[in-house]
Amino acid sequence: MKSLIFRTASTYLLPLMLLFSIFILLRGHYLPGGGFVGGLMAAIAFLIHSFAFGLKETKEIIKINPGYLMPIGLVLAVGSGMVPLFVNDPFLTGLWFEEPFRFIGMVGSALFFDIGVYLVVIGATLTIMFSITESV
Amino acid sequence: MEILLIIIIGLLHAGGLYMLLRRSMFKMIIGLILLGNGANLLIFLMGRLVKGHPPVIEDGLKVFTEIYADPLPQALVLTAIVIGFGLQSFAIILIKRVHRVLETDDLDELNSTDEEI
Amino acid sequence: MIIAVLSGFFFAALLPLLGRFARKSVPLIFSFLPIALFVFFLTSLPLIKGGNTWISYHSWIPSFGIDLSFRLDGLSMLFALMITGIGALVFTYTAYYLKGHPYLDRFYGYLSMFMASMLGVVLSDNLMSMFIFWELTSISSFFLIGFNNEEASSRKSAMTALGITGFGGLVMLAGFVLIGHAADTYSITELLTRPEVLKSHSSYTWIIVLVFVGAFTKSAQFPFHFWLPAAMKAPTPVSTYLHSATMVKAGVFLLARFTPILGDTFWWNTTLITIGAFTMLYAAIHAIFRVDLKSILAYSTISALGILVFLIGIGSEKALLGAALFILAHALYKAALFLITGIIDHQTGSRDVSKLAGLRKVMMPVAVAGFIAALSSAGFPFLIGFLSKEVMYEAGLQFGEWAFLLTAILVLTKILLFVAGFWAGIKPFSGILPNEFQKVTLPSALLWVPPLLLGTLSLLFGVFPSIIEQALIQPVVSSMTGKESPIYLALWHGFNLVLLLSVITLLLGFFLYVFLKPSEKLFSKTLRFENISPENIIETIGSYFSIFAIKWTKFFQNGYLRNYVITILAFLTILTAYRLFGGVNIYIDWKQISVITPSEIIVVVLMIISIFFAILSTSRTASIVALGVVGFANCLFFLFYSAPDLAMTQFSIDTLTVLLFMLVLVKLPKNKTFSSKRIRIRDAVLSLLFGTLIAILTLEVFEEPSSSEVSKYFADNAYLLAKGRNVVNVILVDFRGFDTMVETVVLVIAAVGVFSLMKLDLNPSKKE
Repeated sequence: MKSLIFRTASTYLLPLMLLFSIFILLRGHYLPGGGFVGGLMAAIAFLIHSFAFGLKETKEIIKINPGYLMPIGLVLAVGSGMVPLFVNDPFLTGLWFEEPFRFIGMVGSALFFDIGVYLVVIGATLTIMFSITESV
Repeated sequence: MEILLIIIIGLLHAGGLYMLLRRSMFKMIIGLILLGNGANLLIFLMGRLVKGHPPVIEDGLKVFTEIYADPLPQALVLTAIVIGFGLQSFAIILIKRVHRVLETDDLDELNSTDEEI
Repeated sequence: MIIAVLSGFFFAALLPLLGRFARKSVPLIFSFLPIALFVFFLTSLPLIKGGNTWISYHSWIPSFGIDLSFRLDGLSMLFALMITGIGALVFTYTAYYLKGHPYLDRFYGYLSMFMASMLGVVLSDNLMSMFIFWELTSISSFFLIGFNNEEASSRKSAMTALGITGFGGLVMLAGFVLIGHAADTYSITELLTRPEVLKSHSSYTWIIVLVFVGAFTKSAQFPFHFWLPAAMKAPTPVSTYLHSATMVKAGVFLLARFTPILGDTFWWNTTLITIGAFTMLYAAIHAIFRVDLKSILAYSTISALGILVFLIGIGSEKALLGAALFILAHALYKAALFLITGIIDHQTGSRDVSKLAGLRKVMMPVAVAGFIAALSSAGFPFLIGFLSKEVMYEAGLQFGEWAFLLTAILVLTKILLFVAGFWAGIKPFSGILPNEFQKVTLPSALLWVPPLLLGTLSLLFGVFPSIIEQALIQPVVSSMTGKESPIYLALWHGFNLVLLLSVITLLLGFFLYVFLKPSEKLFSKTLRFENISPENIIETIGSYFSIFAIKWTKFFQNGYLRNYVITILAFLTILTAYRLFGGVNIYIDWKQISVITPSEIIVVVLMIISIFFAILSTSRTASIVALGVVGFANCLFFLFYSAPDLAMTQFSIDTLTVLLFMLVLVKLPKNKTFSSKRIRIRDAVLSLLFGTLIAILTLEVFEEPSSSEVSKYFADNAYLLAKGRNVVNVILVDFRGFDTMVETVVLVIAAVGVFSLMKLDLNPSKKE
């Protein structure tokens, strides 16, 4: 798998796909996309990189253990659901900023929830795939 | 077209069940995945088939003005797909694990080895 | 009142924490609870005077009509006083009787749990809560009977008792449900206000049969009596408390409770009189053939319970008065006799009545208590037993054309019980003390004071019946008859037939006692009939039942996953197919069907081919690839029919799954065929049937108009409420955000599972 073309291509592919996955994540509220798909895309991006360069290098790029992404994502999702509690709304009520942000659009608690899902999906998928690759 | 889809759903279920009944663990997982696909398709079909109108509200509008595909089954199926992935990966790892410890793919040989692991 | 009932459970729950301490230092502390409860009920006596009731209501499961309401009237007061009063004595007695026993605290835990459940039974106003407490008494008595859990015979007795009483309880539950169905209430108070509803209801016969089974199993009536003698394996305090004074009377209580609601009909009276009369005579005859003191007492208890059932069956005011008196009298003297037996057993190590003699020389106070109890049991004047016997005979004589027969049976039973009571209470203490018992000593006062106290009460109530006449017995009778009629207890009724019968009873009883000597020989003669005893028959049925259960389990629970799947799905398929054949017509509304385009046909054909390929291929890689194709084809369907989100997700997941399979499974051996051709054909047929069924069901559902209110709500409000345009995503992260959150948790669990499965080293070969 470690052919020169594949390697060269994946060097550029990784940032592109990651960018695309974030794009998919952010537009999810308005157009097809969202945390699940975005997370899966990002995970696939890292996987392709690991096929080209080996697991070790990919792990260096990610810097943190993908396993940690799962609790971070969960905390983010639960946290975004907890925010409405402070203004006496039920758990997971959607709250929004009044004005849209540039490039991102409307920002609200649902967006953070989706980011949480995104991180959990990356974390879970990568954990599964990496632990398998390591053991083979 | 719905009829064809229904036939495919039936086939997926039949194939899934047949594979589920095999003694080989590998085939069992194939059966599981086929059944999952069949079930997803079934739920999706229940929302009726609508061509070319995804459940996305057009820019500038606040509600749907034309017909749209039923979003609820889609949301359900999306969840099911992701959960299904979790289940499948776990099952795959499990048989790999079992195979490494017991060196067999035959479910029947697992029956008597409870004590030894 | 709820505190009074439930305190026993709290107490039992506390024992694991405090029991060790209390057991070692101050076992008497356990008696505090029953004494406190006894005082509580005693001070509540004025509340029920003249037939009043005290009801306390606590809601529990209102939607099912189940509540924790309690009703204190004469009947429940009599039982509550017996439960707590005798409970207090037994708790105290146990402190010495089981002194130093390693599980003493556990024993007290069971005892107080039992006491609480028993109070629950007698005080419950709601039939359902009464049933729950009823079964709790069975369960706690199971633990108490099997307290010596190291002995196989103890465990067997406990199982028998639980089996019989538990079964009876369930049957009774069915009766209660029928009552609730017929009268539309579970409240006893409400039932009491309109008894005619049940009596005229079409399922009246069923109701009384079911309630009878419950009462007869609990109160050890023929043919369910045998668990009681077997239950004598329990430590003596348990026999005293459960099997003479309280639990076995629960059945009698039930019948008494239902007398004003269900009673006074031909079937009610006839059944109770027949069963009661048979049981009392049968058990009384058995009693005098025994040599073990506890067996004698057990059978005489069954006989006494028979008398009670019989009296309730007669159902006249006199009979119910007799029952009320006899419940009290019997509790007092039988508990005393049991306690005395316990003392004898504890001090001499023997319960053989043919060997015991002359013990009065070494334990005088016990002998006095035994003497009083035996006399009360026999019905000598100036004892409460006499009062009850007089009223009983009177009630028997008043029963119309059958009066002669019934009274004769009653007198005969009484004569036999006279003998049994004398054997248990007087025989061990009279005569010459044999050498082997010379060294026996008087036990601690904790043991002999309780029976003496019970004896004193028997005497007190017997000499001055006015103490209990108005305060206790009158409310009891009025709660059974539903009428407020004055009662009159007296020692002297003048010279009449009743007195004559009493004299005959006493004379004949004494005569029998003098001439009939208990011996093993007599006992062995009864063994001949063991084969046809109800105990044997029911046990045989029980063993066949367990053989059947084992075979059944082995057939269905055979440990092969696929057999479970086959059984379940074959059953489902056959059942649904049967229903489909029976009149569901399948039609296709062609107007709803969308047209087929060439691209779709290609995908469909591709999908069908790859399904078959995935199933039939012998190469793993080929199967996996085919599976991938199935997934991608699925993905295309989603794309065609306006589900871009699904298509994207399915695409990514499919890629990952195929990768995963490839990574893991390439190293596994080649596909093998394990099953024979016959099995494969069988599975294929079943699978095809199942698939067809699913397809037909899908078609059926598809033809139903779909209800899309929920979808419509989501679609309409996606932008207005949640400020999103992609409705699928809005549903996921906003409307149904909680589901998604739980879903991510599931995913995390799967990932953690995979991670630990891969990292955990289970391989035993590596360790070597």
